[in-house]
Amino acid sequence: MKLALRELRIAFGGRVVVDIDAFGVDEQEIVGLVGESGSGKSMTALAVLGLAGAAGASLSGSITLDGRELVGLDERQLRDVRGRRIAAIFQSPLSSFSPVFRVGDVFVRALRLHGVPRGEATARAEHALREVLLEPDLLRRYPHQLSGGQAQRIAIALAVALRSEVLLADEPTSALDVTVQAEIIELLRMLRERERMSVLFISHDLAVVAQLCDRVAVMRAGRIVESGATRDVLRQPAEAYTRELLAAVPRIGAGRAA
Amino acid sequence: MTAEPLLEVENLRVTFGAVCAVDGVSFAVAAGPFGLGLVGESGSGKTSIARAVVRLVDADGGRVRFEGADVLALRGRALRRFRQAAQIVFQDTDGTLDPRMRVGPALAEAVTAHRKLDRARVSERVDLLLDEVGLETRHRRRFPHQLSGGQRQRVAIARALAVEPRLLVLDEPTSALDVTVQARVLDLVARLRDERALAYLLISHNLAVVERLCERTVVLYRGRVVEAGPTEVLLLRPAHPYTQALRAAVPELENARRPPRIGAAAVERSGEPAACPYYGRCPLAVELCRDDAPPLREVAGRHVACHRAEDALAGEAAVRPAGAGG
Repeated sequence: MKLALRELRIAFGGRVVVDIDAFGVDEQEIVGLVGESGSGKSMTALAVLGLAGAAGASLSGSITLDGRELVGLDERQLRDVRGRRIAAIFQSPLSSFSPVFRVGDVFVRALRLHGVPRGEATARAEHALREVLLEPDLLRRYPHQLSGGQAQRIAIALAVALRSEVLLADEPTSALDVTVQAEIIELLRMLRERERMSVLFISHDLAVVAQLCDRVAVMRAGRIVESGATRDVLRQPAEAYTRELLAAVPRIGAGRAA
Repeated sequence: MTAEPLLEVENLRVTFGAVCAVDGVSFAVAAGPFGLGLVGESGSGKTSIARAVVRLVDADGGRVRFEGADVLALRGRALRRFRQAAQIVFQDTDGTLDPRMRVGPALAEAVTAHRKLDRARVSERVDLLLDEVGLETRHRRRFPHQLSGGQRQRVAIARALAVEPRLLVLDEPTSALDVTVQARVLDLVARLRDERALAYLLISHNLAVVERLCERTVVLYRGRVVEAGPTEVLLLRPAHPYTQALRAAVPELENARRPPRIGAAAVERSGEPAACPYYGRCPLAVELCRDDAPPLREVAGRHVACHRAEDALAGEAAVRPAGAGG
């Protein structure tokens, strides 16, 4: 496993919000973590980024990247993992960018922080933008001058520029139009091939997961209630809760409500 | 639609400075129960249309008629009466619900704005409204922040219903919600439509949502109508290349159909603005599309603004997934 979680428990005071026995993402694999608001899926992502403590939670168990334990690393050691080896994108892509810096400056600063020489940083940023099918000119823009779809692509490009191995994508398309969503999904699929990225894709929408993920884990009240190959879980859901999630997906051809 | 429509929008124009958000849009909403879907992506003008219809933004041209009255000319008492008859529900309930006001008083305020009733009757009405939207009496004491997103949206709908509207404008009412919560709110709209014989304008970027709740659908692109007609016709065999792209983008469980490739979606012709708003992204565009704006014309049971609608239709096999019932 590229990224592996074992007996991960996250609690706020006495309240356990995440209780996962085993979960992981293989090399170049795209795995969906599905559940409703409050199911613990985003908290799991924060834990992988080493930010659960900062959110005020207590954590026990193990999170490994290529077999190396991440739980218990100090802030300096974590910095090498978070943002570089493990990158994250969120529902609102602008949260990855400071409004007062041009996009290109954010790239250069991030690359410099991770030891890329200044001379090489700009070239890498431009290459990354082309990888996500954007014009490198966009590096000169401020975040507010981007559309939602462009901003999300640029957030992904930052992971490409840093050569991240794992991308945590927390509802990255929920705020986007369906047409833009389809493009982002296609882009993630392409990056898995070209950049050999592993992706942990967090969503409440099984239809999106169906399009993208090799495997899926369904999360409810902090626990994984069902997991398996996406095709199997969607065709023959074992859990009533999974069936409920499936039934909620608006579908074309279902006819008008009576 | 043989009877007089409830709402008639004709050649509506809305501009913000130099930006033309809505450019000559026409449609009609029949008396309830009836749903009209307005579909398009960000920047298509759908929200500006919704707001212009209920007079939250000013129209710069065209006509809006509600029960025969000229909405854009209404003033004073007549405008207030219209605003009760036509209620709008937003995606974000923060703009609708006062954070310092509990649910009970917020609904009571709306009830009394509509009708002068004594306290006991008002309280009765508030309970009925809560029940109607699937909430309980105990929710009266809650502040908005003590409710979930789905519950807040139910309160917003209850508040809109409190004044007995004849038209609801639903502006992406479920886009901010989880799919399961979204499904329940859409069920609610379906039920209210029948119980209250409601007419509504449902704004969405998802064709699957519109299919459930709307007899007719209008597809917008950059402020113009590109296709309009019976919802089944548009979904089964979309004739405008943009509607086809929207249709293909709806994520589906069945077959896990792959979305269109980016290469195809990102045709992006640059240069001078073309006569057809979709020219820059259209895979079928020809010279004619750059020079002449395609008029809205009737093709195969719907209206479509595309010179190449026949070719688009010919290229599009019926897209209904196999085995799905009507």
